[in-house]
Amino acid sequence: MAHNPYLPYPVIIRKITVENEARDIKTFELVFRNQADREAFAFRCGQFAELSVLGAGECPIGIASSPMDEDLLQFTVKRAGVVTGVLHSCEEGAAMGVRGPYGNGFPMELLEGSNVVIVAGGFAFTTLRSLINYILHPENRARFGELTVIYGARSPGELIYKYDLDAWGQRDDVKLHVTVDAGDERWTGLVGYVPTILKEAAPSSENAVAVVCGPPIMIKFSLPVLEELGFPPDRVLNSLEMRMKCGIGKCGRCNIGEKHVCKDGPVFTLEQLQKLPSEY
Amino acid sequence: MSNWTLDKSDIAAFLSDLGKEYRVFAPVRRNDLVSFEPLDSGEEADLGSGNSDVPPKQVFFPRSETLFTYEGGEVTAVPLEEESRLIFGIRPCDAAGLVVLDQVFNSDDYQDPYYTRRRENTVVIGLGCDRPVSTCFCTAVGGGPFAVEGLDLLLTDLGDRYLVEAVTERGQALAEGNSFLREAVEEDERLKAEIVARAEQAVSGPSTEGLKAKLDVMYDDPFWAEVHQKCLGCATCTYLCPTCHCFDIVDESTRGGGRRVRNWDSCQFTLFTLHASGHNPRPSGQERMRQRVMHKFRYFVDNFEMVACVGCGRCVSKCPVNLDIREVIEAIEAS
Repeated sequence: MAHNPYLPYPVIIRKITVENEARDIKTFELVFRNQADREAFAFRCGQFAELSVLGAGECPIGIASSPMDEDLLQFTVKRAGVVTGVLHSCEEGAAMGVRGPYGNGFPMELLEGSNVVIVAGGFAFTTLRSLINYILHPENRARFGELTVIYGARSPGELIYKYDLDAWGQRDDVKLHVTVDAGDERWTGLVGYVPTILKEAAPSSENAVAVVCGPPIMIKFSLPVLEELGFPPDRVLNSLEMRMKCGIGKCGRCNIGEKHVCKDGPVFTLEQLQKLPSEY
Repeated sequence: MSNWTLDKSDIAAFLSDLGKEYRVFAPVRRNDLVSFEPLDSGEEADLGSGNSDVPPKQVFFPRSETLFTYEGGEVTAVPLEEESRLIFGIRPCDAAGLVVLDQVFNSDDYQDPYYTRRRENTVVIGLGCDRPVSTCFCTAVGGGPFAVEGLDLLLTDLGDRYLVEAVTERGQALAEGNSFLREAVEEDERLKAEIVARAEQAVSGPSTEGLKAKLDVMYDDPFWAEVHQKCLGCATCTYLCPTCHCFDIVDESTRGGGRRVRNWDSCQFTLFTLHASGHNPRPSGQERMRQRVMHKFRYFVDNFEMVACVGCGRCVSKCPVNLDIREVIEAIEAS
């Protein structure tokens, strides 16, 4: 019989990185205790997993590392509820579980050969960071066109993946626009909301695909800008979040209309979302 | 497929005999509630009380079920059930409900091992409804009081005996070797035809023709703001629904260990869709009532080409405020 989908693979937390000044966003680097599980967990950019903390429960979290980094499995988690609260109190070396990968992931057939415009706000950056590192990998870079990244946070201290932002900033094949809602005395970068910076950067929609992830208010004001720039709804991608339990389309709570975010999503084109009820 | 008869006076012995080979589940009356329970003896079965208060879905999808146990950080899977089981006296509506649950739990992409194993291991013997009650509406949603979908054998009450009809090879095989069964005669089948005709006439219900097309364009209709008003959000309708399958997964810890459990849950509860951020895509009764109706009669049809309602009427008869799904359907049809 096939693997029981409710059983988590046992993993160890190899490394924990505190991502922000408020210390409520951490990146957990996991290693599988069994080699066979690691192979079974082959994932694509944009997929998610159920993180399992015995005694606390499970929570669905997007995969933040790139599938090109074979020995790396990272999840960036904001402390928000019961499970993430316990997870945040875990230390390196602790045992936990992971099951998945789940969801459709980003449509590479659409992204390959296109210019890619990433529009991200806050800590919803995680699966987009996976996508950026995937595109920038030497084996993949030639299959994608121009890469533009517009990423914003409330304040400089709330920007996550600063080490990646630094590395990407060194490259000449990424147009990187990092912005904050409000700077501080040391901040020398862009100041302004993501939709504003998107408008100023005005990436061309020609042969381009936009990928938008962030708080609802950022998405709400970014979509009209993308429309103005000429991005058609079938070339704008969103990754949705929803309360989930099973991750495999059985438990019945993450549906939007007839679609389940867990297995039909979490990535949808704007065109698909426009046809669904606005219940998310 | 063949037909037999089974004397009513032999029922208890028949069930006790099956109990040697199968774990037999049948309707049992306890504390004035009828539900499907495992039998210790054939005498316990209550076949004269109409349909059970609690649907037999719990025989396949228990209210609460351990997915695995854990101790000291190590997970131990709960072995899947190996025993041969038999459910006796399930009504055609509830058997059709199993076919609905099959779509979800035994879908092409992910099979639920717990449910699927129980379905594989369980023979399903149905009892046709010769006396449908006023809340029955199976015929309005594609079923009937003697429909055979989901059954291996169908029984019809002929007074002093049951007519036993094989629906599947599995049912045929069980009946063929059974010493309590006698070959049926033409008179038995003629009697059944009369009973079926009478029963079908006794069932009524709203027309559901065109319901899906109406719902396809009704998401933003003010109708939902009205129709949910008297709903208490108690979720009785979903717990007692033979097709509702929503569940929660929680950890129950004891000293040093515990178990991960799935429990029935309901789309009628506020917490069902509440995000950790505080955002809730279905914040009020209006959205939740709409979800229940839309899921059964629109979304499920989109995904599986069948409605997720079998017309058993439990949500009608057990609702504390008489919110009648048939009236909801009629109102949608009339809109």
